[in-house]
Amino acid sequence: MRLTQGTFSFLPDLTDEQITAQVQYCIDQGWAVNIEFTDDPHPRNTYWDMWGLPMFDIRDAAGVMGELASCRKVYGDRYIRISGFDASHGWESVRLSFIVNRPANEPGFALERQESDGRRVRYTTRSYATQLPEGERYS
Amino acid sequence: MAATLMAISPDAADVAPAAPGAAPGAAPGAVDLRADFEASGLPEIFDQLDQEMVGLAPIKRRLREIAALLLVDRARQRFGLAVGAPTLHMSFTGNPGTGKTTLALKMAAILHRLGYVRRGHLVTVTRDDLVGQYIGHTAPKTKEVLKRAAGGVLFIDEAYYLYRPENERDYGQESIEILLQVMENQRDDLVVILAGYADRMDRFFQANPGFRSRVAHHIDFPDYGEEELLEIGERQLEAMNYRLSPQAKAVFAQYIALRRGQPHFANGRSIRNALDRARLRQASRLFQRDDGPLSVDDLTVIEAEDILASRVFAGTPDSQVGEAPS
Repeated sequence: MRLTQGTFSFLPDLTDEQITAQVQYCIDQGWAVNIEFTDDPHPRNTYWDMWGLPMFDIRDAAGVMGELASCRKVYGDRYIRISGFDASHGWESVRLSFIVNRPANEPGFALERQESDGRRVRYTTRSYATQLPEGERYS
Repeated sequence: MAATLMAISPDAADVAPAAPGAAPGAAPGAVDLRADFEASGLPEIFDQLDQEMVGLAPIKRRLREIAALLLVDRARQRFGLAVGAPTLHMSFTGNPGTGKTTLALKMAAILHRLGYVRRGHLVTVTRDDLVGQYIGHTAPKTKEVLKRAAGGVLFIDEAYYLYRPENERDYGQESIEILLQVMENQRDDLVVILAGYADRMDRFFQANPGFRSRVAHHIDFPDYGEEELLEIGERQLEAMNYRLSPQAKAVFAQYIALRRGQPHFANGRSIRNALDRARLRQASRLFQRDDGPLSVDDLTVIEAEDILASRVFAGTPDSQVGEAPS
């Protein structure tokens, strides 16, 4: 099942030129660009691991793309996303976030039902991928 | 083609008639370099260069040559002729204060107008910014700088410090290797300009032949002449809304002649320091005067006595500590 999180996730995967253009847009807006990765695709998993530091002082997307290339070299089998953080007063939050790398095989999510007190049922989703320990999930 | 190319130099501009192929609205298959030149916004930059920077004629000529080459390359590309990606890495050699950094800034703007760097910003670094303090510190540091400079110009001041042959465990070599690799593989991402004193840069290039071959343009900055230094001084004052009185101008010319013969003379920078001290003396002179309110003239004019008080006239170097060559 294809993971749809963040901007552009219903589109085909972005090419590198498209990613470069988006990153350049973030830079031109004055946002700090971050590269994050994870192997836990659960939608509530908000805080992904960061690749390096937020890139505040970069003027051109080529610098970010170089970092993305090295991140892919190490974590090419995981989800990688790029986000643009707007530090300006009143926003102070992520303005754009999109997935730039995904595992070859995305097993999707299971819906689990738990019978609770009375006739109540609690629902939860769990990624099939997370049955394996961290680091072994997509290899 | 030759005539149009000539037209890029300003003195030939009025004389050279437009070549037939270069007339506006020329037939397809022709190219108008002159119009290209105008459209690129370069004339303003060169005008600015001529106005703001005194002297440096050989360098201005060299910049025009580089601009011409890049324009011709672009025209060739339009016809599908083979264009080798130009190597634009440069080395600026010259004594301190001859305008290397200022020119590097201009270079970034020129290359940006020509479309050879995407952003046209200048990142100025020295050895400290590139070389780390312990094992494994250098590579990330250098890469960080390269990341910042992507799409612009990386200006490495006093580049010869990167290589310290006397210490074989120095991490500078690691930084050099990364730089060389990037200079070769990411030529369209950034332009590297190395700067430093001529003799030490020569030794640096001898020890690192890889650098010499990857740097296409070696530009040597000559020292300024006395009249040029005087003009530089006057422009600096003008920018700060000061001016020299006629006597002060004569004295300052004398000062320059004396100062040039003394050690640690740093061209434009020494002039700036001398003028800063003159402003200081002017301020204290005005402060001690007690004959009524000051006029605008009093506040802007630097008198001969402000300059004559300098130690240069007493035969000792004006400043022993403040002006080590840098």
